[in-house]
Amino acid sequence: MIHTDKLSKNFVVKKETVEAVKAVNIDVAPGELVAFLGPNGAGKSTTLRMLTTLLRPTSGTATVAGVNVVSDPAGVRARIGYIGQGNGGGHSFRVIDELIMQGRFYGMNTADAKARAEELLKSLDLTDLAKRTVIKLSGGQRRRMDVALGLMHSPRLLFLDEPSTGMDPQNRANLWEHITRMRAEYGTTIVLTTHYMDEADTMSERVIVIDHGQIIADDTAARLKANLAGDLLAVEVAAGSAQDVRGLLGRAAAGGELQENASDGVVRFRLRLPEGARLAPALLKEMNDAGAPAQSLELKPPTLDDVFLELTGRNLREGANR
Amino acid sequence: MAVGTSQDVIKKPGLFQILKDTRYVFWREMLLPLRDPFSLIFSLIQPLVFLGLFGPLLGSAVGAPAFGGQSTLQWFLPGVVVMIALFGTSMTGSNLQYELMTGSYERILATPLSRSSLMIGRALKEWAPLVVQGLLIALACIPFGFVFYPLHVLFGLVILGIFGIGLGALSYALALVSQSKEWIFWAVQQTLLFPLMILSGIMLPVEAGPDWMKTASLFNPLTYLVNAERELFAGNVGTDTLAGLLAAVVSAAVGLFVGVRTTNRNIK
Ligand SMILES: Nc1ncnc2c1ncn2[C@@H]1O[C@H](COP(=O)(O)OP(=O)(O)OP(=O)(O)O)[C@@H](O)[C@H]1O
Ligand SMILES: [Mg+2]
Repeated sequence: MIHTDKLSKNFVVKKETVEAVKAVNIDVAPGELVAFLGPNGAGKSTTLRMLTTLLRPTSGTATVAGVNVVSDPAGVRARIGYIGQGNGGGHSFRVIDELIMQGRFYGMNTADAKARAEELLKSLDLTDLAKRTVIKLSGGQRRRMDVALGLMHSPRLLFLDEPSTGMDPQNRANLWEHITRMRAEYGTTIVLTTHYMDEADTMSERVIVIDHGQIIADDTAARLKANLAGDLLAVEVAAGSAQDVRGLLGRAAAGGELQENASDGVVRFRLRLPEGARLAPALLKEMNDAGAPAQSLELKPPTLDDVFLELTGRNLREGANR
Repeated sequence: MAVGTSQDVIKKPGLFQILKDTRYVFWREMLLPLRDPFSLIFSLIQPLVFLGLFGPLLGSAVGAPAFGGQSTLQWFLPGVVVMIALFGTSMTGSNLQYELMTGSYERILATPLSRSSLMIGRALKEWAPLVVQGLLIALACIPFGFVFYPLHVLFGLVILGIFGIGLGALSYALALVSQSKEWIFWAVQQTLLFPLMILSGIMLPVEAGPDWMKTASLFNPLTYLVNAERELFAGNVGTDTLAGLLAAVVSAAVGLFVGVRTTNRNIK
């Protein structure tokens, strides 16, 4: 469905070149659901804009839905749907009017467009707002309208740039229900970017981690976490016996960092333990045998944030430090 | 690298596609005034007020011979209509500015609509009220000695529509290049519009001015447009009309060329 070869984009700002996207190779098969995850300024939107013909690549090629983005941009546009990072509705227009016109832009007839618009308004909880002008909607309502705009023509390939930003949990769930249904019913291919790690984690099969314009990981969320991060284990032992297990825990961390905090007569060790749930019981026994029984234990499964930290040494939330 | 290699032929939309897309863009824009009838009514009667106040002054200010022997109204009215068309279509880009700031422009840019239809549809929306305004003005002036030739006037309005597409597309391009610096749009629009208007004899005959003005007016497409409208409003079709039509078509072609180019440049 999507194939890119060394796709790159440079911006020139005040004679300085910003390499927003650096030679990325992306392959997305029909029916896949792929999430781009990365900090602010990583190049997510720029990549999406190139794939949707809103930006011309500086170099490299991209084929989207079988069509080259540079030689036939109109052909690409006819085959995709795009929900940008900004609000798509015109300020002074009525919600329902914008939806129907959007359908018309894609060649739907008025009756179909109207029926589809009403269906979307209903399921995105916007029916009561149909006749409001866009400027009078709240941020979350506007975002839901954006989603409705993008879904109007039921595209085979849909790009969503941070679709759920600004939505409350209820509406995020609604959005995901839509996306899941579109995939089940039409086999829609979906490419999205998100700032919500849990979203990338639980909803998409495949996560592409992007940082400084480069793809630094591309795999299922489960495998990324298992291979790169491992569970976070925290154990506390009495201060007196800390030296008895330091070596043991260091070996368990397998080259990873072993953190240590002492307070109130206890020492708290923290380490990453791949397959922690399976290995922890044996580790506890070893600690016991070494004469330093654990007083408490905490085991946290890894998040994609941990994966990002492992890959870059930075926290996803801290941003790209530009 | 492999961007736009020689065998990449960029497919152009057909004329039929452009017409169809233009219809949609036009309709979307028309929903704004249609959903707001007060603004519509106000904009329709506005020219009447202007005409009612300015017309009587005109006859006394300039000697009758300069008007080519026509009645003041017959001479002045086409000028007013052209002026309304100019003000309207040169604002095409101003509505776009809001859409550029939100994601609305980008959303529409991502649809399959052809690039030229985006500006033609918007320009025609600014032109559309003129049809009603023009006819209203003409009707209102009949009691004051204006002779109304409906078909000629309609043809005149069509010529203005064609010219309006060109001016609208230029205004659209101007909005794109002055993105995020709103004042530039207005500065350029105003700075260009008024000299062009004065040098076309819209309000006062250029014949009464110095020679350099007369020469300058020959290079102004608006001059031909105004002359064509005067001929048509007087109930004649002749060389002036033809020259005006030609000026309108050339303006439209140039405007669209610049507009589409600017749109495509903007995505670099
Ligand atoms: N039109 C532009 N002109 C100049 N620089 C740009 C432009 N668009 C993006 N950039 C720069 O390119 C880089 C990537 O931006 P991009 O919008 O793709 O990031 P992003 O990953 O979508 O971030 P966010 O999470 O904040 O949306 C940033 O450094 C940004 O400043
Ligand atoms: Mg972005």
